[in-house]
Amino acid sequence: MNIKQKGKFGRFGGQFVPEVLMPAVKELEQGYKQFRDDPEFKQELDYYLKDFAGRPTPLYHARRLSEKYGITVYLKREDLVHGGAHKLNNTLGQALLAKYMGKCRLIAETGAGQHGTATAMAGANLGIPTEVYMGAKDIRRQRMNVYRMELMGTKVIPVTSGSQTLKDAINEALRDWVSNVEDTHYLIGSVVGPHPYPTIVRDFQSVIGNEVKHQIMEKEGRLPDSIIACTGGGSNAIGTFYPFIPDTEVKLFAVEAGGSGMESTDKAALHSASLCVGEEGVLHGARTRILQDPYGQILESHSIAAGLDYSGVGPELTYLAETGRIKPANTSDDEALAAFDELSRMEGIIPALESSHALAYLAKAAGSGELGEIVVINLSGRGDKDLETVLEKGVM
Amino acid sequence: MRISDKFDELKTKNEGALIAYVCAGDGDTTRIVHALINGGADIVELGLPFSDPIADGPTIQASIERALDAGMNPDRYFEMVKGLDVDVPLVVMTYYNLIFKRGLERFVKDCKDSGITGVIVPDLPPEESGELGRYCEGNGVDLIFLIAPTTTGDRLEDILERGTGFLYLVSRLGVTGARADIAGSTKEVLDRVKTDKPKAVGFGISSGAQAAEIIKSGAQGVIVGSAFVDIIASGQDVAGRLKALALEIKSSLG
Repeated sequence: MNIKQKGKFGRFGGQFVPEVLMPAVKELEQGYKQFRDDPEFKQELDYYLKDFAGRPTPLYHARRLSEKYGITVYLKREDLVHGGAHKLNNTLGQALLAKYMGKCRLIAETGAGQHGTATAMAGANLGIPTEVYMGAKDIRRQRMNVYRMELMGTKVIPVTSGSQTLKDAINEALRDWVSNVEDTHYLIGSVVGPHPYPTIVRDFQSVIGNEVKHQIMEKEGRLPDSIIACTGGGSNAIGTFYPFIPDTEVKLFAVEAGGSGMESTDKAALHSASLCVGEEGVLHGARTRILQDPYGQILESHSIAAGLDYSGVGPELTYLAETGRIKPANTSDDEALAAFDELSRMEGIIPALESSHALAYLAKAAGSGELGEIVVINLSGRGDKDLETVLEKGVM
Repeated sequence: MRISDKFDELKTKNEGALIAYVCAGDGDTTRIVHALINGGADIVELGLPFSDPIADGPTIQASIERALDAGMNPDRYFEMVKGLDVDVPLVVMTYYNLIFKRGLERFVKDCKDSGITGVIVPDLPPEESGELGRYCEGNGVDLIFLIAPTTTGDRLEDILERGTGFLYLVSRLGVTGARADIAGSTKEVLDRVKTDKPKAVGFGISSGAQAAEIIKSGAQGVIVGSAFVDIIASGQDVAGRLKALALEIKSSLG
């Protein structure tokens, strides 16, 4: 008898997890299959997305930016989702799924604190006790998010191992799940990890792209020429891109963090650009492109945006990059800071540093004509959380 | 030496196997391995350190970090193993990315050439193991699978069919690490896993009394890791204390 490999995008993805977790990922696979099209589940999720999260979010025509760059620029305003980022789309979906599956505890990892905050919101709202693992280094650079999570009754657990960032928080959350798999749902915040996570998170985030499609048809009567989204793990990117995958005339740009340079030292990359320069490997349960040394040790990543600071990327994005359907790109810390400054001044919108990477690609590529005439940029989050970082850099 | 030969030998002597885990590169590995064998270890499981060891607890993660800081890497690992002059089976335990990056075929050949006869990959469930399994089979290297308290039904059957060398039973949910209590689930798992292949129980064993109880419950071996690694971490009389602990445990397995 031969049990089958599951959840592959081409040769990417899969379920590279310790044996203790296999029944849990299979149970989740089963639960998702059972409830994803359940009318009651869908209706309840729609209710939360609309009345609690504030969906649909506007597709905003950025007039002054459009004028400056000579093309029509739309911003998908995920920064207006409750909590200030797209992350809640996924956490509401998964928390509700966990509830339907009878789980009574949520755990999550967080980098910037956005996913942790969104998990805390969903947990508090649905009445499920929540614990969030966060790298000690990230806790220091995102203090307000830690405070927000604690206000909502979530326990934030500092992770002091390794590089003390997202990668280590994921390791620690996985360890917790290994020990408490029977009553706990591990709420992964991006399209990474073992199957079925990349699929579940993509589906819950696809609300972004579905709305964009509807809204752009209303406003322009046609699809955009290109869509730009920042990419760390890649949940906002795939959520925006996914409904457009069959529309091959729409170019899809996945913009990674170019950090302070595209090089690496012995133990660390100066960037977080796994799609652009990573190599194939297996990290956190999935085969994908990752930042690694010649032996396969995982390199620490770097970005000024904590939410992009990750050594891997979702396996489906790797697959789409490999097949040429999406175009990987990158913008640096400095370019993101300039875009942060520009959007704040020109449109009165303070973007997250993560989203600023997508905005920076507009400045970089608009002149070349490759973006076409109508471009949609996913403004995945707002920048209030980043003010301290930006102040330190002396932009303002 | 093949693992099955060792278990056959122990069977005729009516002894349970002591399988000792340490991470290569944390301390003087050659000296450590010899101390364990002198204390009676029947099989040595030698960790090849990976940067993101998700299946390991704090004790072994710290050992892995020390080994990486000391410069251990796969090239040095195989070089070091080649130089070990021992007459017990050696098993490599590592995570899949190091094998993937080296190339599956090359990794298994390196095992064979350096005298390693078993491979344990905690983040490689049977579903993903087909290709590595074929190279192992072709080179006379055992691919050892883990069985958890949560492993049941078709998946358990599949692992029993694929696993060679011995079956690595995880005594409880969780990561590696010494624990005072060995859950009652151990006996339940041992009873449930019906096979002629040797069964060894790991995760949480640190004393002779615990080990004896596990052998009495029907296991052919015990795997002890964190308790040895604690001694290495202390830096105090490492070889002497490793040998003493191995002796204590091994003497309770007769």
